[in-house]
Amino acid sequence: MAVDYTKYLRMDKMPLYWCPGCGDGIVLKCYLEAIDELGWSKDDCAMVSGIGCAARVTGYVDFHTLHTIHGRAIAVAVGIKMSHPDKHVFVFGGDGDLVHIGGNHLLHACRRNVDVTVVLINNWIYGMTGGQHSCTTPPGAKATTAPRGSFEPTIDVCKMAIGAGAGYVARGFAGDPTRLKKLIKEGLEYKGFSLIDVFSPCPINFGRRNKLGDPAKLLEHMKSFLVSSAKAKRMSEEELKGKFITGVLHKDTEKPELTEAYKSIVEKAQASDEYWAKYVKGTLSESDKNKITREELKKLYPYDVETPLKQWKKL
Amino acid sequence: MGRIAFLNANAAVAEAALVAGLGFYAGYPITPSSEVPERLSKIMPEKGLPFMMMEDEIASINACVGASASGVKAMTCTSGPGFSLKQEALGMACMFEVPLVVVDVMRGGPSTGLPTRPSQQDIMQARWGTHGDHPIIAVAPCNAQEAVFETIRAFNLAEKFRQPVVLLTDGSLSHLHTKIYIPDPDEVEIVDRAQPEVDPENYYPYDYNYEVPPLAKWWTEDGKSYRYHLSSLIHDKTGFPTVYPKYAQWLLERMHNKILNHRDEILKYEYYKMDDAETCIVAFGSTAEAARVAIDQAREEGIKVGMFRPLTIWPSPEEQIRDIASKVKQFIVAEMNLGQYKLEVERIVGGRAPVYGVSQAAGVLIRPSQIYDKIKDPSKRVEIGLTEEELKRFGGGE
Amino acid sequence: MGFHYELRFAGVGGQGSLTAGTILAHAAVFHTNYYATQVPTYTSQVRGGAAKADIIISDTPIVFAESTNVDFFLATHQKAYDAYKGDLKKGADVLVDSGLVKVPDEDAKIYKIYEYPLVKVAKYEIGNVVTMNVLAVGICVGLTHVLDVEAVRETVKEEVPERFLDMNLKAFDMGLEVGEKFRREGPTKK
Repeated sequence: MAVDYTKYLRMDKMPLYWCPGCGDGIVLKCYLEAIDELGWSKDDCAMVSGIGCAARVTGYVDFHTLHTIHGRAIAVAVGIKMSHPDKHVFVFGGDGDLVHIGGNHLLHACRRNVDVTVVLINNWIYGMTGGQHSCTTPPGAKATTAPRGSFEPTIDVCKMAIGAGAGYVARGFAGDPTRLKKLIKEGLEYKGFSLIDVFSPCPINFGRRNKLGDPAKLLEHMKSFLVSSAKAKRMSEEELKGKFITGVLHKDTEKPELTEAYKSIVEKAQASDEYWAKYVKGTLSESDKNKITREELKKLYPYDVETPLKQWKKL
Repeated sequence: MGRIAFLNANAAVAEAALVAGLGFYAGYPITPSSEVPERLSKIMPEKGLPFMMMEDEIASINACVGASASGVKAMTCTSGPGFSLKQEALGMACMFEVPLVVVDVMRGGPSTGLPTRPSQQDIMQARWGTHGDHPIIAVAPCNAQEAVFETIRAFNLAEKFRQPVVLLTDGSLSHLHTKIYIPDPDEVEIVDRAQPEVDPENYYPYDYNYEVPPLAKWWTEDGKSYRYHLSSLIHDKTGFPTVYPKYAQWLLERMHNKILNHRDEILKYEYYKMDDAETCIVAFGSTAEAARVAIDQAREEGIKVGMFRPLTIWPSPEEQIRDIASKVKQFIVAEMNLGQYKLEVERIVGGRAPVYGVSQAAGVLIRPSQIYDKIKDPSKRVEIGLTEEELKRFGGGE
Repeated sequence: MGFHYELRFAGVGGQGSLTAGTILAHAAVFHTNYYATQVPTYTSQVRGGAAKADIIISDTPIVFAESTNVDFFLATHQKAYDAYKGDLKKGADVLVDSGLVKVPDEDAKIYKIYEYPLVKVAKYEIGNVVTMNVLAVGICVGLTHVLDVEAVRETVKEEVPERFLDMNLKAFDMGLEVGEKFRREGPTKK
């Protein structure tokens, strides 16, 4: 049965803001299908985004949503997840947002294996600000800040995430939505940090500037960089140079998830009173003959200023 | 009942935050503030509360904004360089209108400056550090006991006004252990953010009918789920972005008015021996303690001097300072910087009385003797109050 | 003014002479109805360098915690002695480690100098160099009577790790004896 997307969208915010041919809508659709298949209540879902085209997703999905500042969405998401370990927390964002300016937060979320699902819409360009080159722009590709072509090497975000210790890392392609949905769903289900790096076309600010033709042709161009993980196994290192492998690239079922790890610290802390015993020294109990008097308090705080104490507003 | 403890202001802030209902802490180590997270890391797990050391200063305040937006009282703590890094997200907290407490243990600046030494150089940064027209509340306690009270108050103000509050202490308070009283939560007034009376479907996070609209917890205890959107862009009552000029102007004016119209609840200050004073010392934080000693000494000689001590630094106590200006002959603003709050006092006094400064940014406390000398002769510059013997100890600097 | 006493404990980073200060301050606050302040030098500033903690004990609240008239000074390293003897008041009691600090003759004319091989005794007679602090606390209390012996003993029990407790109590009692002896016989360096 077809998915009723309107169930998950704020329909009064339609139509979508994205340009014709943009991959963001495809990715959002795959993501909503995955959520629908999992049967998660939108009441239990929170999504955070930073700034950029992809970050606009938080405006459309009918979850608890935060549209934060550039680059920091993952850090904000960690704060939510740590406070509410039983809820589902997601981040949507672009390459400029999550990898370039916000790269440090991505690295450390990977390392922590915090149960947040990040959908990274990787379009190789700063789209919203008008086509400046980012850390994922292929060398030689033109951008408004690289009129002669970018002279910087690019980054394989998935390799970086695996190196940093992410529990689940996958790469998808907006041109292959059926597989993309599966990859996202597996990431959502994974208990730990999951990153889905989605190659997605920006026909206006990347394709057009690089004379790559219409959106369909741009998809073909992007696809030429991609190799499925099954096929990659049969390829030599030399052949894989400059290629990006798609599919589930890494899944660690052993690594503890962050909120679970914290739970065990809490249990350990509550089982022993080592610090409590140390700090509670000087506790005054109700029956204590040393019950603090107003005069004693007044000596500790002799100023003519109000206190937050209910009993003695002024000492 | 609470308890007596022997703590420095950092530990006092940590303890008091827990009294006030702290539910989430994220931070990054920086001298001289690190005792705050150190102490919380010991206690918070015992209370089952999340405590995080993040990858950087930026991440720590952002995590706090996330936690607070979802309905938890959050705090982060830092010092000068870290406070600079946190500024963008502090602006986001202002824009979201989420409660948040940011502790800045002021050390000598600019840049890495004097990491282990006290200063009061972040006064203006606390006001204007983040970009754009934003409201702010900043409070500055003068000792560890007051740090307990002011931390609780900072949380209360943050919750009541949906507003980040900056708590300014300094590097000397963070070393100075004193005897203090830490009250139990049931002994103090604790404010929690107002919750909406309407159901989730009729709820707006920036409802025009309120000066401070209720900020719904995402997940309530009775199982309700308030789903809404907060944006760091200029937004309308729904929380969604708008560029409509009228709404932009409204939003900023309301955000300012929610603070400025409630100064009577936010301002806190102390008059010390001001009744017949002809000279008014304006001092806050640890400098105020030195001023107190100097005033007592001068009073013994019959000099009519007193102190006005703002505990709330921002918004500034304009009415009170203007009133004093009509009664005294002169002001002396004593602060561990090159005259930041003096600027504000001058603005308010508006030429009605001369404003002098003991403006020392040397990384050492202003001593009572320096303030005393200034009282004796306000026009004379006060030198750094250290003996040759003490100066030798610092080494270097020919 | 009533009772007001300033102490300074100085050593080099890692010696732990600051702990001695903490014990006395806690004894004043938690076991005597006194007020106290403690200002240690900041740790990151003194890795391996001279470190000190200033303690003020008073029967009235302390407004400005600045030690300018130190009554008792403990120095367990030459660097610390040289750096921090500046604020001593005339006739102050000065306890130094006889093996590690050489007090100039002219200082003995201004202060009461008590020399004792703190480190050596802690290490060889008591059995662990970490007891040096408590030994010094014992001497301080015995010599100056600044606080009640039992109040300090209770604090020692709270402050030291359990496995070192017996050893530390032994150090405290030894220190008390030495302190009382100093009190009777006067400075060791004339």
